[in-house]
Amino acid sequence: MRAEFAQAMMGLFERHPNVVFLTADLGYLAFEKLRDAYPGRFVNAGVAEQNVVSVAAGMAHEGLIPWVYNIAPFAVLRPYEQIRNDVCMHNLPVKIVGNGGGYGYGIMGATHHTLEDMAVMRVLPNMKIYVPLVASDVKHAVEMMTEDKSPNYLRLNFPAEIDQPIECFKPWRRIKDGKKMVVIGVGPVLGNALNLGNNDLLDAIEIWAIGMLPTSPIPEELIASIKAKRKVMTIEEHYGQCGINELIARQLLDLKIGRIIYKSSYALGYPSGKTGSQKWLQEQSGLAGQGLEKIIKELVDA
Amino acid sequence: MRKDKRDFVNKVYSVKKRLLAMYKEANAGHIACSLSCAEILTFLTFFWMDDPDTLILSKGHAAAALYAVLCEAGLITEDDIKTFYKEGTYLGAHPPVRKIRGIPFATGSLGHGLPISAGRAFASKLKKENRLFFCVTSDGELDEGSTWEAALFISHHRLTNLIWMIDRNHIQGFGRTEDVMALEPLDVKLKAFRFHVIKADGHSYDSLLAAKLECLSNNGTSETPNVIICETIKGHGVSFMENTVDWHYLPMDDGQYKKALDELDAWREQQ
Repeated sequence: MRAEFAQAMMGLFERHPNVVFLTADLGYLAFEKLRDAYPGRFVNAGVAEQNVVSVAAGMAHEGLIPWVYNIAPFAVLRPYEQIRNDVCMHNLPVKIVGNGGGYGYGIMGATHHTLEDMAVMRVLPNMKIYVPLVASDVKHAVEMMTEDKSPNYLRLNFPAEIDQPIECFKPWRRIKDGKKMVVIGVGPVLGNALNLGNNDLLDAIEIWAIGMLPTSPIPEELIASIKAKRKVMTIEEHYGQCGINELIARQLLDLKIGRIIYKSSYALGYPSGKTGSQKWLQEQSGLAGQGLEKIIKELVDA
Repeated sequence: MRKDKRDFVNKVYSVKKRLLAMYKEANAGHIACSLSCAEILTFLTFFWMDDPDTLILSKGHAAAALYAVLCEAGLITEDDIKTFYKEGTYLGAHPPVRKIRGIPFATGSLGHGLPISAGRAFASKLKKENRLFFCVTSDGELDEGSTWEAALFISHHRLTNLIWMIDRNHIQGFGRTEDVMALEPLDVKLKAFRFHVIKADGHSYDSLLAAKLECLSNNGTSETPNVIICETIKGHGVSFMENTVDWHYLPMDDGQYKKALDELDAWREQQ
């Protein structure tokens, strides 16, 4: 989604003279065009993640809309106190962009992954998280974030490849209908449920994508579907603790939805102690491939 | 005495008297930290800053000094000052989030004020404004990596519209700076970061004025940003508090408060 994001920035810069772009020295082969077109508003602040966030807060206080780009763990975890104190406490429109949220940087290793970013970001005051699913979501998310006068975090990743037409990016979207169970997911990992290669299973699952956190109330039609099917599964490329599995469970409890079967698939970290590609790491956690298929099948058959 | 200097002495007297009263009423510490930068904040507010200029007190634990100065400037009322440290106040031990004109950012966690100021100064320069951004840091917070990240940024982008004041009182939270984490030669370090380094007596009007004039002169002739190392005494003006770690934390009893006020009166008489 990095290319789509860079493209969206170009459009944004043309229309909004107050938008500035900051990077902590990342963006090779993505942001050169932006850098060359807008040298004054493109700031490579060096490998200094804490400073760049506070600088952005200062800029936002003076009326600019700063976008701060980084690899996701370096965007969120290294400058976390700066995000909390300088940006969120003051409710400033700083737009934090983390590329490769989850296992996105694959073989680069655990230091380059973040499996806790949505958890730590969604508890911050005023913060809203945007998680695109497919490539075309990025420009819509960027537009929504620009209109949003609050702090935001954009979690980018390799997009899901979805053949069928889907609705424009929004907080809740039904991606497809299904007969026996509901799958609710966040981010491109949800695409793995669509690409199981098992048409019988695919017919059985209704799929919903969450685009924003904290979540808005669960849509009525999704509630109706859960009440009818009584089987729900969540999927996220993120640790289970404080993930969407807990969030949705809480919302369903509040709705007094009654007895349902509820399963969750989430990142287990590095269960074998080994690393690999994003896909391989997803498979290790049952977020892709046969592991995911098994979990879904068990739920369909339950 | 010249009128400007007399005005300065009177303002500092009023600020210090008020902050001592606030700490006494609150039975709170951080007194010496506030006394160390009271002259700096007074000088900036009344003898340097114009209307669009702005200040961040990065050493937020000296909030009482800032509140007292802002009260003197009419931005905080006497009634508000009376709420210091009390339940439901805006005036806690550290500057609050967006509640008071004159306090653009909440501070308290060290190493935030300089980077925020850098961002503000960058934005202002981009917008071709003519404003100055002052940031007062402690010396203890020079241990923070983020302070030096900001120093690199300020220097690289030649943010001469940012004036960095270091309250160099040589004492941090749990010892003397040179014992805990040596900073010297501080001027050499800052020069190596490509700052125009000015040294001043942070309690002297004449010295702070000379530093101001040197800053303005430097800004007229070069693109090297300015840092003023203000040599100060922690607990300045109250003999038993001066140069101690204890008075970073301790509150005053009645006898100590009276002695502090007596010494403050004596200081004014001597000026």
